[in-house]
Amino acid sequence: MPREGFHKRIKELEQDVLELGEMVITAVNRSVEALKSLDAREAKRVIDNDAQVNKKRWALEDKCVDLIATQQPVASDLREIIAVLSIVRDLERIGDYAEGIGKIVLMHGDQPLVKPLTYIPQMAEKAVGMLRRSLEAFVKRDAGLAREICIEDDAVDTLYDQAYHDLLSRMIENPSVITRATYLIWASHNVERIADRATNIAESVIYLVTGTPTELNVSRY
Amino acid sequence: MERETKIETDNLNLYYGTFQALIDVNIRIPARNITAIIGPSGCGKSTLLRCFNRMNDLVENARMEGRIIIDAENILAPETDLIALRRKVGMVFQRPNVFPLSIYNNLKFGLRIHDMLSRNDEIMQTIREGLEHVGLWDDLKDKLKKNAHSLTLEQQQRLCIARVLILRPDIILLDEPCSALDPIATLRVEELLRVLKRDYTLVIVTHNMQQAARVSDFTGFMYLGKLIEFADTHKVFTNPAEQLTEDYIKGSFG
Repeated sequence: MPREGFHKRIKELEQDVLELGEMVITAVNRSVEALKSLDAREAKRVIDNDAQVNKKRWALEDKCVDLIATQQPVASDLREIIAVLSIVRDLERIGDYAEGIGKIVLMHGDQPLVKPLTYIPQMAEKAVGMLRRSLEAFVKRDAGLAREICIEDDAVDTLYDQAYHDLLSRMIENPSVITRATYLIWASHNVERIADRATNIAESVIYLVTGTPTELNVSRY
Repeated sequence: MERETKIETDNLNLYYGTFQALIDVNIRIPARNITAIIGPSGCGKSTLLRCFNRMNDLVENARMEGRIIIDAENILAPETDLIALRRKVGMVFQRPNVFPLSIYNNLKFGLRIHDMLSRNDEIMQTIREGLEHVGLWDDLKDKLKKNAHSLTLEQQQRLCIARVLILRPDIILLDEPCSALDPIATLRVEELLRVLKRDYTLVIVTHNMQQAARVSDFTGFMYLGKLIEFADTHKVFTNPAEQLTEDYIKGSFG
């Protein structure tokens, strides 16, 4: 292999992506836990940790730019770097959604939840599952697996729909809960967006494997 | 839209004695575009290029089979007028091969052997146009009597291109035209090639994959005498169809 060093650096990018993936998965899980128990300390931790996610994102983008500028990558090497640039931005944005849920927890304050959370943790579990499998598809270069992930987004959209209508009917019944119910709608919207970003990552994997940019599943939201 | 083909080969085989250097090459080179031929040393890319103006005829023991169609004529046919062919299909080499003559006479030389001499003022006009085309006129217009060897390598290579252009060719073959030039001169010559493709069909053989990627519209990858892949350059360098092409351009072998 005449370019062993170069291909080793490309391999390192993959490891960095997985690390960033773990960071944002932790952030999402913690933010939903914080919302469930209205734990302001945990919420603040998620908000503070987002700076680390951003830092990791810039470092990874910088590595990609350096490889493009100095190594003239082509073919699947080039597609890998382009896919990583795209995946990294989706991951960073997922971190922002988790941070957003943390901020909602702080806004919500000490008032009790309108209702015990049901839909949001279910949505989060599905979204995190999609995210994990999209990263698995990335590591395995598995376009088939990536395509399956995109289909799952429909289930998250359906749950979002149910959460929205449930909260809406509670607001109609009792206008005094409007503020708190709106916070939960915002939070569920953030989780819905996390699933969309996982779909984007799956699309990047399909591009990496096939070379064809693909829009697989247009989310309802 | 169907692209106009300028050069088409039909099961082209070439042998140097018993060694087969080209194996069933079928290529369609589009008119007024830049086509790059890449591949490792000894893959047959220069041999293929030299088929297009029958330069391989000068190699002892070289034998060709198949057809090469340029403008509906098979140039491998025995009745082909080689002088006329080589005027129509000009060639630029790796090292600038200027003659040890003045700049003016370097250019006039080609006109003379192709019997294109006319009145002195017309010759001057032709030479001026040639030098303008390659971006040398402003620098050299007062130095036409100077020996061409006093020019920089880049200027010499541009002069060689001008010498080809004034014979009004259709096709220009370039065999590693920048390998003797420094990187900046290389980029400037590449710019010139992009201008020339408006009027000419250019075929460039290069070892430098980045040059092929930068300058060409179409790329052919050759390996062990075969044309492995031919496609538009964007496709070849982002998502080649053949694993062998992918491995070569990524530097996994060669």
